[in-house]
Amino acid sequence: MPPLLDLRAITKDFPGVRALDGVSFDLEPGEIHALCGENGAGKSTLIKVLCGVYPSGSYGGEIRLGGETVHFRGLPGSEARGIALIAQELALVPGLSVAENLRLGREPRRFGLIRWAEVRDEARRALDRVGLAIPVETPVRELGIGQQQLVEIAKALMKNAAILVLDEPTAALPEADTRRLLGLLGDLRGRGVAMIYISHRLDEVFALADRITVLRDGRSVGTARREETTPERVISLMVGREISQAFPRPERQPGEILLSLRNWSVADPQNPGRRVVDGVTFDVRAGEVLGIAGLMGAGRTALLASLFGAARSPVQGTIQVGGGPPRRPFRDPREAIAAGLALVGEDRKRYGLFARGSVLDNMTLASLQGFRRRGLLDDRARRAAASGQSSALRLKAAGLDVPVGQLSGGNQQKVILGRWLLRRPRVLLLDEPTRGIDVGAKSEIYDLIGRLVAGGLGVVLVSSELPELLGLSHRVLVLNQGRPMGLFEGGAATPERVMSAATTATVGA
Amino acid sequence: MLKRLKRLEIDWRALTMVGALLVIWVVFSVATDGTFLLPRNLSLLARQMAVTSILAVGMVLVIVAGQIDLSVGALAGLTGALAALAYARLGWPLALAILLALVVGAMLGALEGSLVAWLRIPPFIVTLGGMLVFQGVLLGVTGGVSTSPPRPFLFLGQAYLPPLAGWIVVGAVVAALAFTALRVQGRKRPGRLGLAALAIGAVALMNAYAGVPVPVLIVLALATVLSTVAHHTPFGRHLYAIGGNREAAFYSGIAIEGHLVGVFTLMGLLAGAAGVVLTARVGAATPNAGQLMELDAIAAAVIGGTSLLGGQGTVWGALLGALVMASLDNGMSLLNTEAFWQPILKGGILVAAVAVDMAGRRGRG
Repeated sequence: MPPLLDLRAITKDFPGVRALDGVSFDLEPGEIHALCGENGAGKSTLIKVLCGVYPSGSYGGEIRLGGETVHFRGLPGSEARGIALIAQELALVPGLSVAENLRLGREPRRFGLIRWAEVRDEARRALDRVGLAIPVETPVRELGIGQQQLVEIAKALMKNAAILVLDEPTAALPEADTRRLLGLLGDLRGRGVAMIYISHRLDEVFALADRITVLRDGRSVGTARREETTPERVISLMVGREISQAFPRPERQPGEILLSLRNWSVADPQNPGRRVVDGVTFDVRAGEVLGIAGLMGAGRTALLASLFGAARSPVQGTIQVGGGPPRRPFRDPREAIAAGLALVGEDRKRYGLFARGSVLDNMTLASLQGFRRRGLLDDRARRAAASGQSSALRLKAAGLDVPVGQLSGGNQQKVILGRWLLRRPRVLLLDEPTRGIDVGAKSEIYDLIGRLVAGGLGVVLVSSELPELLGLSHRVLVLNQGRPMGLFEGGAATPERVMSAATTATVGA
Repeated sequence: MLKRLKRLEIDWRALTMVGALLVIWVVFSVATDGTFLLPRNLSLLARQMAVTSILAVGMVLVIVAGQIDLSVGALAGLTGALAALAYARLGWPLALAILLALVVGAMLGALEGSLVAWLRIPPFIVTLGGMLVFQGVLLGVTGGVSTSPPRPFLFLGQAYLPPLAGWIVVGAVVAALAFTALRVQGRKRPGRLGLAALAIGAVALMNAYAGVPVPVLIVLALATVLSTVAHHTPFGRHLYAIGGNREAAFYSGIAIEGHLVGVFTLMGLLAGAAGVVLTARVGAATPNAGQLMELDAIAAAVIGGTSLLGGQGTVWGALLGALVMASLDNGMSLLNTEAFWQPILKGGILVAAVAVDMAGRRGRG
């Protein structure tokens, strides 16, 4: 008998990158098949191919459903064949009730009017199936994330989904909701629903999955039944790649302490009571790169944003920058910048650039006050500073007046780095500084980090690319669900140790 | 090659605006047997666009910062009336009466800006409410009747510079342009020389009638100041950053709230100036002065290339937009077109201008 679902030799290219390279994956009826891999290994791409988000024809290989080749051209197509995607970003309308959300776009009608009684009855039955005891009239906005996820699953089941695809369903869930969700998934399996379960959390994977497939760099590197493998083996499959690139990590000459953090915690903006960063303490010295490792949702970005005064939720702890006294967290980036911090955020387009502005305007944005002469901007000095910074960064742009949106990702990143270097910060916070940029620009940025550190700057580096992180950092702090799980010194930070600290359960409660 | 094309397209945008203006002018010139182009009419045209222009150059910065101000028409009406009443009824010195309009305008603008910045009320709502309140206050202070201030007040709206003074002013402007042309490099230099030629031509034209109108001089002076603020001060560049990407501005340490209060204050100050010129030009403070002028100002800014999404727009573009709008009004009056056609055509042009812009943007991807 053919498997329920069979992906054969799927290949998917993006400009300049092969995201999937001949990946095969199958799913038996009533099975939970886990898909594991580091950030960027290709898990999300694979399920987008499966669900038709990347339409048939845009990838190589073949998808077979019950033995028959299918060509999906969008989510509706795959949904019609019983495949339901529960994405990381939930697709519910916050202002509408649970019942309305469940039938949105497929409202039962008579004479053009919605039959509300039927909508509510059906919703009640659907919520029963996922064990959610709330009034169906509740607006979705009033539900916690865990409950919203259950509503999504109920919606999928209402459409008679035979295959559920769950992308990191527990990434944002509090502990109790996670356990409840895992219980429900186990029940659904008992009722014959097959599931593809994507998760970073190996404890969950080993508690739930029947089979485990590991992706690495767009290839499938192994599939095993749960009883036949161990978390250690899965981790070594996930990280087992040779470090092919040379990283110019400068000799560490530890200087004075530039940044020190004590008992730093950040509340979760979505779940009051939960913390996205929980009790972090570290020091960064001049001439040192401190790496922050962790999986998606481990709290790395929240940590950097909170250091910089840009958290969207309450922050606790004390921070000390340069020789200053210990103080409470910064209230906004202005205070942090004045103290000598600079942040290069993970999302350049959203938090960094204004795309229609020129290279000149973008690069001097944080230092305009310094170019004032008798109230007006000294354009010559401003241009001189920006062009000096451009050549130091080897920026490739057709002049300073080009809109920054026309530059390549790597050059955009250099513009933002230039913006901060013009401010001469003490400590540079880098969040995924090489995301989405080409190899050449990456190694230039590595060189730059090396030069800056050699010049006495302190750097805090977050990167999802483990080789990059380990290659550049003098010490590595591992976060797991917001908690510090160990600080590894130089050579002690092996990929296996870091990944194991990042994936192992942190709570028994 | 691609880069060169893209740069051409930016110029192409300005060129379409000038081209559209030329088309409008040619059509009206032909239709009026040349009356439209007579110095007398062009002088009138320049005076007609003065009030809208003063509001539009401020509106550009408001919109660039990603905001909107619907109250400027009513605020101009109110401040203009206050100045006229202080001068005519209370016997204040002229300078003090004008200062009153400017200070009240700036203070009310600052109040609106504070509500937007600190209480986070959407600017559409704050200034819509402001518009209604200012209209009501205007009706109250005028008592529902028109007040005509004595002649010296009207100077600001109706007088002309003597021809010689006009030449002296333009001489100074040309000298300043030549001086800056020496200091800037590359593409901007021919632009400045062209501008100098345009200034000389305009003064010759105005002097052929009665001289450069004082309100036109005020508009050009304010536009120069505002353009300098926009491009050569940290405040101005920060406004573009806030409107272009508020998050990026926040992460760069810009005090967004302070800048919002600042831009609304500046807008209020300009509304005060526009109010004085309006009252002086009309010759009376009327109970419904300034109504709908905010829409003309917004339309002028948008026709002149300001993006309602924020982060994009120029002061000189807004003046060009105001010129397009005033040309339509003026030309249709000359043709004795029935009055109802004016708003219909202006509305059509406004939507068409943005449609052309959006089409161009899609083409660029």
